[in-house]
Amino acid sequence: MRIVVDYDLCESNAICMDLAPDVFEVRDDDFLYVLNETPSDDRREVMEDAVRRCPKQAIALED
Amino acid sequence: MRKSITIVGASLAGLRGAEALRRDGFNGPISLIGDEPHAPYDRPPLSKKILAGDWEADRAALTPAERFADLNLDLRLGSRATKLNVDSQTLWVDGEPEAYQGLLIATGARCRTLPGTEGMNGVHTLRSLNDCLAIRTALEAGPRRLVVVGAGFIGAEVAATAVGRGVLTTLIESLAAPLERVVGNMVGEVVAEVHRSNGVDLRCGVGVTAVHGREQIEAVELTDGTIIETDLLVVGIGVLPNTEWLEGSGLTIENGVVCDETCLAAPGVTAAGDVARWLNPRYGELMRVEHWDNAVEQGTYAARRLLVENPEPFAPVPWFWSDQFDRKIQLAGRPSPDDEIQVVNGSTEEHRFAAFYGSHGKLRAVFGMNRPRQVMQGKNLLAQGASWQEALAVAAAWE
Repeated sequence: MRIVVDYDLCESNAICMDLAPDVFEVRDDDFLYVLNETPSDDRREVMEDAVRRCPKQAIALED
Repeated sequence: MRKSITIVGASLAGLRGAEALRRDGFNGPISLIGDEPHAPYDRPPLSKKILAGDWEADRAALTPAERFADLNLDLRLGSRATKLNVDSQTLWVDGEPEAYQGLLIATGARCRTLPGTEGMNGVHTLRSLNDCLAIRTALEAGPRRLVVVGAGFIGAEVAATAVGRGVLTTLIESLAAPLERVVGNMVGEVVAEVHRSNGVDLRCGVGVTAVHGREQIEAVELTDGTIIETDLLVVGIGVLPNTEWLEGSGLTIENGVVCDETCLAAPGVTAAGDVARWLNPRYGELMRVEHWDNAVEQGTYAARRLLVENPEPFAPVPWFWSDQFDRKIQLAGRPSPDDEIQVVNGSTEEHRFAAFYGSHGKLRAVFGMNRPRQVMQGKNLLAQGASWQEALAVAAAWE
């Protein structure tokens, strides 16, 4: 599973960071950084939650 | 075990509910009934990207068409639920009765209107895609001036977007500052400064006493006697839950569909989103939350609730965001007017700060302006029930 962020859409609401701080980090420059682009498959449910909860629908999962 | 699910309301809460059922492996029939003609779409862009003209309407679709087909829903657009009887488990759609096994009510809310403006050209509210496109067309036509009544989130966002389009904009708020009812005066004054410095003609502490014009709006008259000539008025003075169709249904209706702490309104009937008023055990009170994130979470929860017997209660920390100009406003929790407010990060002068709200030794809410990271960390503190001192200790380590 690969995390893909559309940075044109992302507005750094940081919900993803709230759900998975080891994968997503919004830094003090207000930009989102993906710390781990390929989280293990046992994290799939949390990653799908991050996709769904993103107010900008900026996150996608690719297999 | 229920073999079919009916969802009334084809917007965010209803659609996310349907998706959750399919994700969980429910393969029975799901009806998704909505009174708008459009496939489910996202509302936040209506006061921002689409209104600004940066996006075309189709970019607001909530689920891409190919994924939508996979959900295998009986999608009934342009159909309105008109009546319900929970004793006989009967729903009427466009006047025709049908039986249901499990029902999720997600009929949302509609805008309050300004008395005396019914049917007047140039007067708008903003809730639907059609509302948005009508206002966009009016903005593109080059109005002399836009007047926005109400500096809540919708009104403030519309004003910000219109100024961004070069439209002369007056924003009228009856309280002393924008968003004051929610965020208090100190933070509201910062929001006011953001709007003024970006060119909004913001007038606080005044209400509208009269709207002048016959077929077309010509002016608004304020409580201080000022008359503002205008040919375009957007009214953003809150919403009312869509519950009229539930009169006589057997449900308790009181500023929304009253539900228990598991979003259950009656056996086999749940409610979610703007229309639901449920007992949030975290706060021990009935609340109705009009936020995007709540629609996602509660829609998901309330749909699943129809298929499980004894779920954990629905006890979220409310959270929302609003984008105005280049500022991102976020609030987590439930501030109250009596709370102590303390800026814990950044500075109000820079329009970049986080503030805590607290009372009785507890953290109650976290506000952020361009401080998303801090708001999310504060949201976690709220979820843990952090004390005021614990919260301040965490914030002290932020810089």
